[in-house]
Amino acid sequence: MADTANSDAFVAFERVQKSYDGETLVVKDLNLSMPKGEFLTMLGPSGSGKTTCLMMLAGFETATHGEIKLDGRPINNIPPHKRGIGMVFQNYALFPHMTVAENLSFPLEVRKIGKSDREAKVKRALDMVQMGDFGGRRPAQLSGGQQQRIALARALVFEPELVLMDEPLGALDKQLREHMQFEITNLAHELGITTVYVTHDQTEALTMSDRVAVFDDGRIQQLAPPDELYESPDNSFVAQFIGENNTLEGTIKEIKDDLCLVELDDGELIDAKPVNVSKVGDRTTISIRPERVEVDTDKLGESAHTLKAEVKEFIYMGDVFRTRLSVAGKDDFIIKTRNSADQRRLKPGEQVEIGWLPRDCRALDAV
Amino acid sequence: MSDTTETTESGPVLSADGTPLKRSLRRALRAQKMRALALIAPLLIFVLVTFIAPIADMLFRSVENQIVSNTLPRTVVALQDWDADSGELPSPEVYEALYDDMFLAAEAKEHTRLGTRLNYEQTGISSLFRSTGRGVDDIGEDHVDALEDLDEAWEDEAFWYTLMTGGEGAEPNTALLEEQRRRLADLTSDSFAGEIGFVPGQAISELLPQTARAYTAFALFTVIADEDVVAEEEPWEAVKVALIQDLKAGADVAGYDGPGAAELVAAQQMVADLPPIDFKAAFLAEDEDWGAIENWKTIQVYSPEFTSGYFLNAVDMQKGPDGPEARPENQQIYIMLFQRTLFMSLVIMGSCILLGYPIAYLLSNLPVRTANLLMILVLLPFWTSLLVRTSAWKVMLQQQGVINDTLVWLGIVDDASRLVMINNQFGTIVAMTHILLPFMILPMYSVMSTIPPSYVRAARSLGATNWTAFWRVYFPQSVPGIGAGSILVFILAIGYYITPEIVGGTTGTFISNRIAYHISSSLNWGLAAALGSILLAAVLILYWAYDKIVGIDNVKLG
Repeated sequence: MADTANSDAFVAFERVQKSYDGETLVVKDLNLSMPKGEFLTMLGPSGSGKTTCLMMLAGFETATHGEIKLDGRPINNIPPHKRGIGMVFQNYALFPHMTVAENLSFPLEVRKIGKSDREAKVKRALDMVQMGDFGGRRPAQLSGGQQQRIALARALVFEPELVLMDEPLGALDKQLREHMQFEITNLAHELGITTVYVTHDQTEALTMSDRVAVFDDGRIQQLAPPDELYESPDNSFVAQFIGENNTLEGTIKEIKDDLCLVELDDGELIDAKPVNVSKVGDRTTISIRPERVEVDTDKLGESAHTLKAEVKEFIYMGDVFRTRLSVAGKDDFIIKTRNSADQRRLKPGEQVEIGWLPRDCRALDAV
Repeated sequence: MSDTTETTESGPVLSADGTPLKRSLRRALRAQKMRALALIAPLLIFVLVTFIAPIADMLFRSVENQIVSNTLPRTVVALQDWDADSGELPSPEVYEALYDDMFLAAEAKEHTRLGTRLNYEQTGISSLFRSTGRGVDDIGEDHVDALEDLDEAWEDEAFWYTLMTGGEGAEPNTALLEEQRRRLADLTSDSFAGEIGFVPGQAISELLPQTARAYTAFALFTVIADEDVVAEEEPWEAVKVALIQDLKAGADVAGYDGPGAAELVAAQQMVADLPPIDFKAAFLAEDEDWGAIENWKTIQVYSPEFTSGYFLNAVDMQKGPDGPEARPENQQIYIMLFQRTLFMSLVIMGSCILLGYPIAYLLSNLPVRTANLLMILVLLPFWTSLLVRTSAWKVMLQQQGVINDTLVWLGIVDDASRLVMINNQFGTIVAMTHILLPFMILPMYSVMSTIPPSYVRAARSLGATNWTAFWRVYFPQSVPGIGAGSILVFILAIGYYITPEIVGGTTGTFISNRIAYHISSSLNWGLAAALGSILLAAVLILYWAYDKIVGIDNVKLG
């Protein structure tokens, strides 16, 4: 699960709980530590507690139990304006009655920084986000992407060591979002800032982060680098939440070392890698990524397991083909094949044989 | 794709069927517009009839002054040549015209209305008109008696009727009849329309113009106002006086051969021996004030159909010989009242801002359940009668009231020196602030509830203290709410009436109380209308100034 707190962590949550109404816990026993300079993303569906964690870190919510430490110092009782944490809000929260330059100058003014110093810093921050010419504009006169940059510049202008971002790209269109993802990560790494980023968009989380904490039901379900998260999900929730995933239900028949035998609900027996199963007789969910399934089973070699399937639907998506099959009594089995020159296009109604390697097939907890 | 619209170099854009695009667009939207209009039509008509029209009428009254020229038409004409600065009384012709006008006005009982109107400008005229109205039929009495002594025919209604119609088959003078009909319609509010069974003869009206005119007026009045028959009523003294004047003026009765010619000749001979009727002396005998140049000056100054007099009065000025001039200081009141109204409205607006802002802030930041409860408390005064609330303040604030009793009981105030908190400005300000507070809170609340909490959070995350975050970030964004509330409260306050009336005493009343006084007590509607117009103009000017300074776009009511 989560890392245990260590002494040189820059940000640390220690057994943190949060409840709003005194009856239900929104955050249940959160433990997390981040080294300096890390870009960590909190990913999860809405209501999973990720934003609450961010707000506790920023100081707008108090932890019901546990301790939050910043640079080794408990910050539970420090008000937000003394924490020195930069924050980018979901809707940017640029002050509408101030110009862009005034917005940027605001954190410096309240820190009683001299005028000339202030101007230099504002200019540097604006240049950093390539918005040098926009100082005199009002936020309402800027496009969404521009407002985003200004919000970022404002959160960075007073040189905080920690920056929090609460779904900052949610309001942008796809192309701009991808561009900004790239810029934000670059900037964060260049400046060496520690960043906590909250999003519900898994692509964003995977592309931007050093590590991703997947939240669900008030707990961190898995905290791992993106590749590990995608390729070796710890449980069905993570497997389901990150990327596309095929599931097959079954019962454990046999477990030996790194392989287990699973009897699917239609009686078919398959091999899988046991990840989150404990004993024979347990229900399990088998997880297979669509791109790891082969139609041309000869490519896979001896160890591969093959199953019969019927093509239900063929969807042309440009770079890939997405084919829906009926496998082991389930109609929602998806496979993805690359649109390469020799790739065959399956037709609905066609009977095919599909297969995969046992190591790509993970036996997880039953949902 | 085919081009449905095409822009040619010279012509307008055309739609597919060749009609100009603008026209087909208008046609397409017409049905929609008509439906919208039909939906608002009931309200529009209602507002027009019950609101706009009366206001327009009131505004018109502030300059309208037809009563003088309607009641004393001949006098007004005769007075035109009189030079008020000459120090001399008007000529005898003016007095003769006045007799003519006054007699008819007295018969129609309109002279007192004119007296009341002119009394606004010159105190005492009202009683002058009233007393003259009572005695006007005695003027020329000796001459009339002499005429009646000469021949009993002059007391015979049938003889008069025949004389004035010019006998059977005489050419009628309908123009004179219509002229007098209009004259009476102007004088009274009646239209005097309808058949009266009398038309003056053309020949007799040329021979005896004044008599014919007076008799026609008498005939109209007899039939339409008194519902009698002309031929059965003896004419007014004024008709006989007019006859004497005509005969004196040398009417050529010898050349007349219509009915009554012989009596006319005899009468002319008799009248020739009598001295002329001295109208001036007669009026002075009725009331010596007819010898006061001031009164004549007033009639002359206010004789035009439209006047700026009401407006001058409303700003403590009056018409003088050299144009407008300030009234004597002891008669100045309205400027002071306007200033007081403005000042007190501003104070009320200010206290509403101070008291309302924290409430609105709380309302928009509390959890919904608590906020709703608080909102009910805010709205509670709305559900209570205005009169009850104002009276409650009276109970609270009076010298033997709750607050004074409590203060005395606590020993803060001595029993002998209880605070005076009602029937003065303080009382009005307190009561009106309370009454208008919801009008400040609601717009403020609606603006504040649209300010996302993330702004203040952002400010605090950027290092601002609670106060800085509020003052630099929250407050500027709540200003439109303050603006909207202020306009609302100020405009409501400036025209407030009931509360100042009840708790204002003499020092806490508003201009609106004075307007109400002129509407319902002194019945000087013209002045009330002028005061109201000035108030309306003041509000519009302030609104305009507000728009210039703050910008009306910055006002949000919701």
